[in-house]
Amino acid sequence: MTSPHLLWLLAGIGGLLILASVLGEILRSRLSPQGENPVIENLNARISAWWVMVILLAIAFLAGKPGVVVLLALASFAALREFLSLTHYNRADHWSLVACFFLVVPLQYYFILIDWYGMYSVFIPVYVFLLLPVVSALHGSTRDFLVRVSEKQWALMVCVYCVSHVPALLYLQIPGFEGRNIILIAYLIFVVQLSDVLQYVWGKLLGRTRVAPTLSPSKTWEGLIGGTLSATAIGTALYWMTPFTPLEAAGMCLLITLMGFFGGLVMSAIKRDRGIKDWGHLIAGHGGFIDRLDSVIFAAPIFFHITRYFWSAT
Amino acid sequence: MKAFLLSAAARFTGQAISLFARFITAPRAVWQGIEPAPTQRVYFANHSSNGDFVLLWTVLPPALRKRTRPVAALDYWLTSPLRAFIGRDVFNAVLIDRRPEVRLQDPVSQMAEALDEGSSLILFPEGGRNSSDQPLLPFKSGLYHLAKARPEVDLVPVWIANLNRVMPKGEIIPVPLICTLTFGAPLHLALDEDKETFLARAAQALLALQPQVQS
Repeated sequence: MTSPHLLWLLAGIGGLLILASVLGEILRSRLSPQGENPVIENLNARISAWWVMVILLAIAFLAGKPGVVVLLALASFAALREFLSLTHYNRADHWSLVACFFLVVPLQYYFILIDWYGMYSVFIPVYVFLLLPVVSALHGSTRDFLVRVSEKQWALMVCVYCVSHVPALLYLQIPGFEGRNIILIAYLIFVVQLSDVLQYVWGKLLGRTRVAPTLSPSKTWEGLIGGTLSATAIGTALYWMTPFTPLEAAGMCLLITLMGFFGGLVMSAIKRDRGIKDWGHLIAGHGGFIDRLDSVIFAAPIFFHITRYFWSAT
Repeated sequence: MKAFLLSAAARFTGQAISLFARFITAPRAVWQGIEPAPTQRVYFANHSSNGDFVLLWTVLPPALRKRTRPVAALDYWLTSPLRAFIGRDVFNAVLIDRRPEVRLQDPVSQMAEALDEGSSLILFPEGGRNSSDQPLLPFKSGLYHLAKARPEVDLVPVWIANLNRVMPKGEIIPVPLICTLTFGAPLHLALDEDKETFLARAAQALLALQPQVQS
């Protein structure tokens, strides 16, 4: 699984994180020595959490396909736990909820692991979609029925189906790119997350005009344009480790950074409706798993299908 | 040797139960109006599931956890060897008998005794698991009598949110959902405060900690 390119990318990310940690400490000693500036404290908490996430990802990458599949299955589990905690509750749904966690999640990732494309691409949108409401219906309660089954289907699509397209990238067969598919995952996550970070940085530095004032106070046009363009530029400069030409890499990066932005927007709308600020609390400084994954969730399936359609032999 | 093995097994089981509770509920403690300081306290919480005291015990910092004992029903926890092991050995519960006609010791004096030994307590003043639609059942008088017997001890309300959804009464398999435990400002019995007023005030303080999330 290890290729020199992957090691280069990981070393580069390690370098960026060291730089970020040093900058964070300098800012703290200048502006917040007693921890009184919440923005600086949050920044440093975010950087520490990034270290943990990058180290976990690196271990999974080195462990190969099963490692990546298991890591993302656990991320799906945690994201689903956050999502379903905020949905309408009815006692009659107990068994369909149990099925979501202990049947749907393992099966979806098992289908990925055995590379059964025909199944994992329809399992949740077709089989689960049709069968899960039956479990709820058999338990009798019709109160808010449509809302309840829709929320569960949405939760599974977002937290399980979309996320599972990240490890699915490992199984694409791209002529001339054999044995290096892990790069596709690293590249997707790197560009999308970098775009998030750069949108945050550009937004903090120059942000004036809000994109969607009713949704999120922190998403600005300056942040969006600066973040997506600079992430696209960096992603394009890394084209040599991907199967893409520079122009193709630029197009791909623009697409996934925009999808990532849309992901953040849609998930913010749900949070607003529920009256919460973060999905969870497990990733210090960031919030929950969905807060960190929202952009990857929207970018992964599109990145997967476009790469598969234009570059993959299968 | 046997005692040593039993205590090792109890410690290991405690950690395993706690880890499982974390895996299912990712519990979060919100300290609102009180800090997790190592002073002696009686934590009183709403009770909807057998996991309640496990979760409260899990979110306490380790130093506090060691000296905090749940108050539990003897007539439930001593009915099988496994329950007895978990209740008595793992969680070192203060086991009180809910049946006044057969009990040998008064529950309030048992709790006061545990406090005098330096322990903190976890108490469920509703007296049993709440499976009604009401957020809280009327409190039993134990909390009042304890507050009267040991007026200096902090009585800390703790609202446990969502656990009734994780494992409704009668279900065996838990649903993983996030639970929040909100710790509120401590209460004490006021001078000349009668039983009804005090219990109503305690219930009100607990209810006020419910998280405000639309659902």
